[in-house]
Amino acid sequence: MSNYSVLSQNLSKLFGRRLIFKDINFSWEDKGIFGISGPNGSGKSTLVKIVAGLIAASSGKMIHKNSSGEIIPEKLHNHIGFVSPYLVLYEEFSAWENLKIFAEIRGVSFYEEKVLYYLTQFLLENRKDDLVKTYSSGMKQRLKFVFALMHSADVLIFDEPTSNLDEDGKKVVYNIVRNEGQNRIVIIASNESKDLELCNEVLLLEKFK
Amino acid sequence: MIAKPYALFKKDFSSELRTRYAINSLAMFIIVAISVILFSIGNETINENLTGGLFWVVIFFTAMSGLARAFVSEEERGTTLTLQLIASPSTVFSGKLIFNLILVFCMNLVIAILYSALFERFVVQNFALFLLTFILGNIGLAVASTIIAAIIAKAGAKGTLYPVLSFPILLPLILTCVQLTLFSFDGTSFEEAQFEVAIVVGYDVIMLTASYMLFDFIWKD
Repeated sequence: MSNYSVLSQNLSKLFGRRLIFKDINFSWEDKGIFGISGPNGSGKSTLVKIVAGLIAASSGKMIHKNSSGEIIPEKLHNHIGFVSPYLVLYEEFSAWENLKIFAEIRGVSFYEEKVLYYLTQFLLENRKDDLVKTYSSGMKQRLKFVFALMHSADVLIFDEPTSNLDEDGKKVVYNIVRNEGQNRIVIIASNESKDLELCNEVLLLEKFK
Repeated sequence: MIAKPYALFKKDFSSELRTRYAINSLAMFIIVAISVILFSIGNETINENLTGGLFWVVIFFTAMSGLARAFVSEEERGTTLTLQLIASPSTVFSGKLIFNLILVFCMNLVIAILYSALFERFVVQNFALFLLTFILGNIGLAVASTIIAAIIAKAGAKGTLYPVLSFPILLPLILTCVQLTLFSFDGTSFEEAQFEVAIVVGYDVIMLTASYMLFDFIWKD
């Protein structure tokens, strides 16, 4: 039991005067795989950004809690592991340098064995010292998973997790999602039916217009 | 407490050494600006007032050509989201501020050395006052430039907006620093310059406090 919970209370988001979604309520606790689905422009990426504390909701409240109480927004980033197609890693550094830098800036220990384990899982161990700018888009996507997993976050948020990935890459991601979902909260925002098949519960955003 | 901002500074420093985003443009600007002033003066000798004024004009425009990179480069490369995911706003601001402080001190040290070597009337009588002005002025310049860079990074016309927004914010600092530099040229004592020193100290404290308070709102969409 992770004792971590993500609660949404009447969450609404407007961009200017355009309503993206309104009155979203959910309570995701301890562990499990939770999906967010909806057509293009329904606000999947916007919702995961709000859950990750990257943008604010127009109204309503997003609450992250662990056994010590509610987590303040200033500290939220260390509890979140995030993967998305619009996440960009530093291309002038190697994968290994990127991950080491992230650990230092986060103020967490850099466990080399753990990072190597994930790099091996995502078939990147032989390219770990190459600059990220030399990576293909699929390799960059796999590296983002190592970035999300390396600091043992309480919540893993995967926005379109299998974009740019080949079949081998997708298999690795599905295995990771299944394993991680047994210990912590995994949130998947996707339209891919195969991605959503993994979920215990799916939130359909078209219902919140 | 300083470990995380220092780690961010180290990342920016290594990144700068590899990409040369700011260093090249700063070095080129310093060389071009001082060369143009020297060519336009020719054989004439300019007085202390003009020398002191031009010294801070070069510092201001050099800062405008390089210090915005701290945030603009993150925005242009699309790595802002990554930074938001690994660091709190105060860590990001502190890390960027350390980077800009070191950059501004190095750049202005080069400008001061070139000025003292190339300009006849750049003769400092009260060195302690000049040093204090130099340190306080650089701190104010770095703090103001960092917060303005964070504001303009999300805007469209970054190149134009930076000097336009910086000018009114930096004007009180630059004018006071020019005055203090002139005092240091004519050997004015600390007691006589204390009003101007107090203005610069006040400017630095207010800018630093306001920047930390505002950065949360600027950093998060």
